[in-house]
Amino acid sequence: MTLASVWVALAGLLLAVYVALDGFDLGAGILHLFVARTPAERKTVLKSIGPVWDGNEVWLLAGGATIFLAFPRLYAIGVSGFYLPVMILLWLLAARALGIEMKHYLHHPLWDEAWDFAFSAGSLLVTLFLGVALGNVIRGVTFDEDGRFFSPLWTDFTVGAKVGILDPYTLLVGVTATILVTLHGALWLAHRTGGEVRDRAERAARRLVAPAVVALALVTVATAFVQPLVRDAMCRPTFAPLPAMTLAGLGGVYVFLRRQDPRRAFFASAGLLVSLVASAVAGIHPYVLPGRAPGQGLLAEQAATSPYGLSAALVWWIPGVLIAAGYTVFVYRGLPSRVEVTAEAEPEGAPHD
Amino acid sequence: MCAGGFGSLIASRPMDPTALHRLQFAFTITYHYLFPQLTMGLGLLIVVFAYRATFRGDPLARGAMRFWSRVFGVNFVFGVVTGIPMEFQFGAGWARFSEATGGVIGQTLAMEGIFAFFLESSFLYLLLFGEKKLGPRAHFAAAVAVMVGSWISAWFIIVTNAFMQHPVGHRVNPDGSIQLESLSAYLTNPWAIPQFFHTILGSVLTASFVVSSVGAFYFLSGKHVEHAKGFIRTGVVAAAVASVLVAFPAGDAQAKNLAEHQPITFAAMEGHFHTEDGAGLSIIGQPDTERMVLDNPVVIPKALSFMTYQRWGARIRGLSEFDRADWPDNVPLLYFAYHVMVGLGTMFIALSWGSLLLLRKGRLFRFRPALWALMLALPFPYIANTAGWLTAELGRQPWLVYGVMRTRDGATSTVSSGNILFSLLGFMGLYALFSLLFFFLVQRIIGEGPSDA
Repeated sequence: MTLASVWVALAGLLLAVYVALDGFDLGAGILHLFVARTPAERKTVLKSIGPVWDGNEVWLLAGGATIFLAFPRLYAIGVSGFYLPVMILLWLLAARALGIEMKHYLHHPLWDEAWDFAFSAGSLLVTLFLGVALGNVIRGVTFDEDGRFFSPLWTDFTVGAKVGILDPYTLLVGVTATILVTLHGALWLAHRTGGEVRDRAERAARRLVAPAVVALALVTVATAFVQPLVRDAMCRPTFAPLPAMTLAGLGGVYVFLRRQDPRRAFFASAGLLVSLVASAVAGIHPYVLPGRAPGQGLLAEQAATSPYGLSAALVWWIPGVLIAAGYTVFVYRGLPSRVEVTAEAEPEGAPHD
Repeated sequence: MCAGGFGSLIASRPMDPTALHRLQFAFTITYHYLFPQLTMGLGLLIVVFAYRATFRGDPLARGAMRFWSRVFGVNFVFGVVTGIPMEFQFGAGWARFSEATGGVIGQTLAMEGIFAFFLESSFLYLLLFGEKKLGPRAHFAAAVAVMVGSWISAWFIIVTNAFMQHPVGHRVNPDGSIQLESLSAYLTNPWAIPQFFHTILGSVLTASFVVSSVGAFYFLSGKHVEHAKGFIRTGVVAAAVASVLVAFPAGDAQAKNLAEHQPITFAAMEGHFHTEDGAGLSIIGQPDTERMVLDNPVVIPKALSFMTYQRWGARIRGLSEFDRADWPDNVPLLYFAYHVMVGLGTMFIALSWGSLLLLRKGRLFRFRPALWALMLALPFPYIANTAGWLTAELGRQPWLVYGVMRTRDGATSTVSSGNILFSLLGFMGLYALFSLLFFFLVQRIIGEGPSDA
């Protein structure tokens, strides 16, 4: 195993943790307007993610910066090539963050209504965009002769040689990601909240299992057609643990939901999400960004920085991430095991109310 | 922190992609830094209030801590939402720079995420909402953790910027890519140490003046008078200390670094056109880069030589000695940015020490003009800090990495002007909306005031 592949695994690990953690607060956001209808119920949803959502998003920043550090060429070519969707994603992330945080500072029905909408719509669009982004990476992009690219938002909506950000394949990945993340969020709310919110979240989770299975099956077939690298990877025996984990995750969600154990179902869903990120990263290996034309594409080895830089970074990166994991565990252990719906405006108001 | 301010857009063709990338970076980073500029310093003052409340049993300090935590919370939110885009702007607008230097500066940007952001995000919620649950001692620890996190974050950003100002610990490959050669040399860049203290003290100065300004506002309007006095005392003492230290030794050491490693920048920001033994320090004047003179100058004789080399007759090289291609591309803006910073810095020393003197004599709270001055001082540290960063970034031009990579060679080549303008206008619109929200919320918090418990 080369140093570059070690760093592919490490960056992939951060992104997988990101998806499993931020996934549930994004999913809770998507469901927010539907599972929580009264002000007290909406407060319950926000309270269940309030202490952790920001830390969850830091995993994305840490993952992005790790790619910058280890694969400067991938970071530079990727972020500039996906310029437009990256900018729009940044605006959506900002709007969604305000949706969560602004309600602390003022209490007025219209204020709440506006920010509840920003939180929910922002969560939906951020999830869809990130799913589409993953679809773009798996499908590959149209490189120019310098090995760079610039993706328009769309071209002719076919998955041909000249592709844009949006086409049937990337949209399918985006919709699948949205379904899975919504399911993940529903399980979090079923596990961590009480009352009507909990009941509605659990019903939502049950209804989402079948669409999740269908979407995953479609994505698997479509990916095999769109990206031969993944199709070939699927035939390698070393790849087999990943689809096994995906199936186990799906099975776990189904079984534990039937046994009314949302906690275990949530962990199964986290495993499912991790297995999918890992499948994408491993499926396109040794590329980190495939091209549409055969032989095109950015290899991990080409994108990696110098061996000295890679090995010097290992020395601080591994302890650093362990410390970060320690903070994460500390914060999650401090969470209430269940946020109940309370009629009065309790703590989650302004600071020190 | 790569771009060079609004002047670059005016100076170049307006639709030049590099100029637009510079404008977008300059706009988004300048706007972003209005928030951490307050929170890094205010974090320290909140720790001071929390310490007094917890270990000195001062009930007023507890009210002060709660009040300033609310202001901190709003600023922190806007700092986060305007900060996340910065990490992606490197790749989006400066792809060739990111590709060439990512193996070096990616180290510190990843360290910032891993060592600072996790710490801040884990303890911020506890600081803002966890007082009841944690009890005073653990809550004090949360305040310390958030402050330490934000200062660690500053260190990594300053190291990144210091590499662009004064690259160390690297090697330039034949293909132009820049490779890390010594991580320890890179992390202990001698340029970064004075720059870090200068930046942090500038932030403490902003926070001190904000705290005393709000205190003066309450006192003058006869509201929350006991809290107001506490705010003024704390703010004035902290401002007096910070206003001196930010200039000496921190700013002074930075100027000496500039004189040694960026003599062209140094000459440009001082408005010093011709090499002289015993050069004077220009306080006022407008640089004319065509005729190579400073119009309407007010000069302290020999002072520049003495301040730089501690010798009255030392030689200071002037701009005329250097090739124009190596001059910063906007000398007048650089000159004014620097002089605005230094001029305001001098006034901060006068205002804070004057107020401190009145405070010691017990006369500050009877002398309304001084309180008016403290109240109206609020915007000026923001202007001074911004002007300071403009000086650093315009002064580095025409280089992106000083002596190694020109700014025009670092910009993204694959994104068209129209697409950059699209994102620039988007950021401007969004941030205009943020400003309205921010002022609305802060105005409400100040209107409610600290609880008089």
